[in-house]
Amino acid sequence: MTTEAATALERDFARCALRLGDDALVLAQRLCTWITRAPTLEEDLALSNIALDLVGHARALLSLSGRLDGTGRTEDELAQLRDGREFRNTLLAELPNGDFAVTIARQLAFSHYARLHYADLAGCAEPELAALAGRAAREVDYHRLHADGWTVRLGLGTEESRRRMQDGLDLVWPYTAELFAADEAVARLDAAGAGPAPARVLERWRRATAETVSRAGLRLPEPGWSADGGREGLHSEEFGALLAEMQSTYRQYPGGAW
Amino acid sequence: MTGAKQATHDPPPGGTTGAERDEADLLTRFEALLAAGESVEPHDWVPDGYRRMLVRQIAQHAHSEIIGMQPEGAWLTRAPTLYRKAVLLAKVQDEAGHGLYLYSAAETLGVDRADLLDALHRGRQHSSAAFDHPALTWADTGAIAWLTDGAAVVNQAPLCRTSYGPYARAMRRVCQEEGFHVQQGYDQLLALSRGTPEQKRMAQDAVDRWWLPAVALMFGPPDTGGAAAGVGAATSRQAMAWGVKRHTNDELRQRFVDLCVPQARELGLTLPDPAIRWNPERGHHDFGPVDWACYRRALPGDSHCARRRIAHRAAAHREGAWVREAAEAYARRSPEAAGEPAA
Ligand SMILES: [Fe+2]
Ligand SMILES: [Fe+2]
Repeated sequence: MTTEAATALERDFARCALRLGDDALVLAQRLCTWITRAPTLEEDLALSNIALDLVGHARALLSLSGRLDGTGRTEDELAQLRDGREFRNTLLAELPNGDFAVTIARQLAFSHYARLHYADLAGCAEPELAALAGRAAREVDYHRLHADGWTVRLGLGTEESRRRMQDGLDLVWPYTAELFAADEAVARLDAAGAGPAPARVLERWRRATAETVSRAGLRLPEPGWSADGGREGLHSEEFGALLAEMQSTYRQYPGGAW
Repeated sequence: MTGAKQATHDPPPGGTTGAERDEADLLTRFEALLAAGESVEPHDWVPDGYRRMLVRQIAQHAHSEIIGMQPEGAWLTRAPTLYRKAVLLAKVQDEAGHGLYLYSAAETLGVDRADLLDALHRGRQHSSAAFDHPALTWADTGAIAWLTDGAAVVNQAPLCRTSYGPYARAMRRVCQEEGFHVQQGYDQLLALSRGTPEQKRMAQDAVDRWWLPAVALMFGPPDTGGAAAGVGAATSRQAMAWGVKRHTNDELRQRFVDLCVPQARELGLTLPDPAIRWNPERGHHDFGPVDWACYRRALPGDSHCARRRIAHRAAAHREGAWVREAAEAYARRSPEAAGEPAA
């Protein structure tokens, strides 16, 4: 297979797409385990719908990344054949589901970030990435509505749901900083004015999530300790199990056709 | 209401004989509706037996949709490609939607979704025993979609014209999507069958295990052919008289076998029944008798896998109780929020 040598700019965009694609894929994988276990049938339906959108984003982003980085790897080669150290998703995306409130807190942080960042990326210099970011921004807006709705409902529901939702926010929020951190590729693209860095939407993300949390009668934890490492391939121990499960069928049948 | 309309025509008769006459009139009217092939609607008077039969059938159908999500849902995290993961997610999502339409149709008959779910969890109602088998390999998701959804389509196509309007309308939406599931299951098995020898073996093994549950359990006990038919025949006759069913279980089973045989040939897979052969006199495929005894011996819902299915469902329901309570409390407190999409 011959691919033209990727330019430095293309390689940076490839890394940018890979980060986003890995977040979408890993979060979808977590949401999949809710299905048949959700609190209502409506939620089985809503969570599978959200997971389906995320798998769609992951497919488009990983394929694009494999084309831009010059290796020609397909979406499945990237998803199924990389080892954990090569995954670039945030620790937030791989956080275990916890109870429904933890999952909603994770959705709240991620969907607000994804909506703002995709909308921003829709203006980037890589035309294919710009087009798919525009589409994805519209889809994740529904995910944001879903997370906002449940944050408020749980915050103002019963004593128990309020306590659990607050615990969920406390657990998840230290993992949100990593969403906005830049690696070298992102910094170079941003400096060249070619691709917006996620940090550009940080202030709007803070305002939007704080607004929902205050409508829910809850509070965000004080900024303090924050987690990172996922973007460099330093994941949690649980992540190994997630990957082993996700990749098992594909790897069990080398040369298989699906 | 039918009763009020009737009062304008006839002077209200007094005494108990009047009430009996009313009931007889209502029954005549109901039977005329059926004879005219018109659909029965929630505001129409219906005999108790008709209502009971429909609630039982629709609830069993709804339960099967949601329990049927489990064997396939178990493979969502292990789908071999992202395309297949997306297809499977879309399918499982459709099945949740089918459950919702059907519980809503049942609610027009004066029952509650919460009560029906409770009956399922407590073992007073059941889902189709076809799903009480474990999905052991990736190929099982293909075999389930091809065979079990395939059997569902054969069963449900005539239900699009069933006599009860809300059920018929729910079935029309469901049927379209089921047809799509069958195609995707076939496509998935075809890819495996044309793949490596190991993949083809996996596909054949899955078809071997899901064939009999589809043929036997998706269509129910034999209801034609004299003494062997037993109780099945009486229930079927009543269901057909009321226009709830349009065909016997055995007719539908035959139709399913006739559809599957050529498809299995195209797939390069065999159906695990050596007695299958074309019978030119009947214009149908002959197939081996189902060993009903092996199913009758087990009480409904009483197998290792059946117990696991219900336990899984009941645990999800129990663990979600605090979420449902919160949503209800919130809706009571903020009536303007009741219209907000719950999802
Ligand atoms: Fe269905
Ligand atoms: Fe289906």
